[in-house]
Amino acid sequence: MAKLILSMDGLVLKEIQLTKERTTIGRKPHNDIQIDNLAVSGEHAVLVTILADSFLEDLGSTNGTMVNGQSVKKHFMQNNDVIEMGKYKLKYVADTAPAGATKADFEKTMILRPGAMRPAPAAPVAAAAGAPVGSPAPIAAATAVGGAPRMAKAGETQLNAAPVAMPPSPAASAPAQKIGMLQILSGAIAGRELELIKPLTTFGKPGVQVAVLTRRPQGYFVTHVEGANQPSVNGQSIGTAPHALKDHDLIEFAGVKMEFFYKV
Amino acid sequence: MLGLLAQFRAGADRMSLHLNSALEIASHTDPGIVRSHNEDSIASDADKGIVVLADGMGGYNAGEVASCMATTVISTELQQMLEEYSPFDIDPESGQTVAQSMLREQIAKANTSIYQAAQSQSQYAGMGTTLVVAMFHDNKVTVAHIGDSRLYRLRGDEFSQVTKDHSLLQEQIDSGLITPEQAKTSHNKNLVTRALGIDPAVEPEINDYDSQVGDIYLLCSDGLCDMVSDEDIGMAVQTLGANIKLCCQQLVQMANDNGGRDNISVILVKVVRDYAAPRGFVSRFFGWFK
Repeated sequence: MAKLILSMDGLVLKEIQLTKERTTIGRKPHNDIQIDNLAVSGEHAVLVTILADSFLEDLGSTNGTMVNGQSVKKHFMQNNDVIEMGKYKLKYVADTAPAGATKADFEKTMILRPGAMRPAPAAPVAAAAGAPVGSPAPIAAATAVGGAPRMAKAGETQLNAAPVAMPPSPAASAPAQKIGMLQILSGAIAGRELELIKPLTTFGKPGVQVAVLTRRPQGYFVTHVEGANQPSVNGQSIGTAPHALKDHDLIEFAGVKMEFFYKV
Repeated sequence: MLGLLAQFRAGADRMSLHLNSALEIASHTDPGIVRSHNEDSIASDADKGIVVLADGMGGYNAGEVASCMATTVISTELQQMLEEYSPFDIDPESGQTVAQSMLREQIAKANTSIYQAAQSQSQYAGMGTTLVVAMFHDNKVTVAHIGDSRLYRLRGDEFSQVTKDHSLLQEQIDSGLITPEQAKTSHNKNLVTRALGIDPAVEPEINDYDSQVGDIYLLCSDGLCDMVSDEDIGMAVQTLGANIKLCCQQLVQMANDNGGRDNISVILVKVVRDYAAPRGFVSRFFGWFK
């Protein structure tokens, strides 16, 4: 369950679990998150939560809604986004996987049936049973500040835990990789250097002889694609299997010699 | 006399159904790095021009059972039906190609088999599978899909997604809630809105497309397209199109290099030759009396 952490001047006032499909934010008491401050409109904004994703929409507020310093009308919330309304800040902390469920379980393809949507909004009612129904505890700045230190502590531990829950993006998980280079040693374009940035670089003549250089996390590989002859590395034919390249390997292909090396 | 004619027609059509000289097919399936089971299942018949890919879901080995039932039922039944019917004829009942009717019928059959197995055996309860099927006939390809397994096409320099996922994310994109750009960071990637074997009936999405010599079709499970960007998939298909077997391995490798969090399955079909149905004078002549 994703949540919002409400704070002012660096003091955490409240944590709000996004259990409802629509969580309204505004100055008037009927809002799910009431912020009693003149800079906040009566009905300021709404957060629509669909399973694990939340969307923020400004409801035509007088002073506008900012997310990460930018004025927004509508915004797809990302982990650690900060919503600003006047002096108040609401930090969005994305879903943490439920206890016991592993990451892999979570990513498994699942069927979403129309009927399955209904039980979800029902659960929050039970969760929120402690609070008076219909009048979610208003957050008057004065009273909330008293309770702040305790809340701040809770907020902090949650914040530390949050990054772990984010799926590692493919780009971020790959360590910085050295860039390979190819220098042509013979033929018409002898002397030319080629930076191997793309995941795949093919060379040769389509229909006659083609080889591909693949860039992978563990290094560079050369593989035969088509044609009667296979490329050779350091004088040895590589056959049809991928061949891992080492610094300063000499590749011979379709009569052209080239050298592979890592950029320094 | 009529019976004789029908036999003749069926005989003539059977002659036309050898597509293995027109189509080059390669496939590869891999459990990925994280999962111990491979719940994906693939089947192909280059001679009949059929490729089937399914991505199963459900506890223990139920996902494998569901996807395997789907590919087996659909590929074998289609193979048998192609002995008797020509897919490019127009079905007088629906006004669509016979290929579409055949696919609809076989998908319904597979759905029933999986659904009944799930109902009758507790260890299979709740199992289901996504599905993408392509049938090649008469310079056309009929594509049916359910869920988030996809079909892409490379034509010339253009690599595009042909099927549209039946997923929550796609519905959100369609309704304008999020942009395709934002969808890449969504947490709701794994929720499909349609699957085979979950309910007593299922509505597949079936369409005919014209195909051209040189086209390369890619069928894949979400283990590929969730891990590798469309641009990189397109680049691999384009640069390695000359060797589709190598290309399959390359695509799986790219998904695994990016984390391989799900099972990865790919099928590549390259159209190397024209495969128009033979419509000689004789068959056209009898066609008038139909």
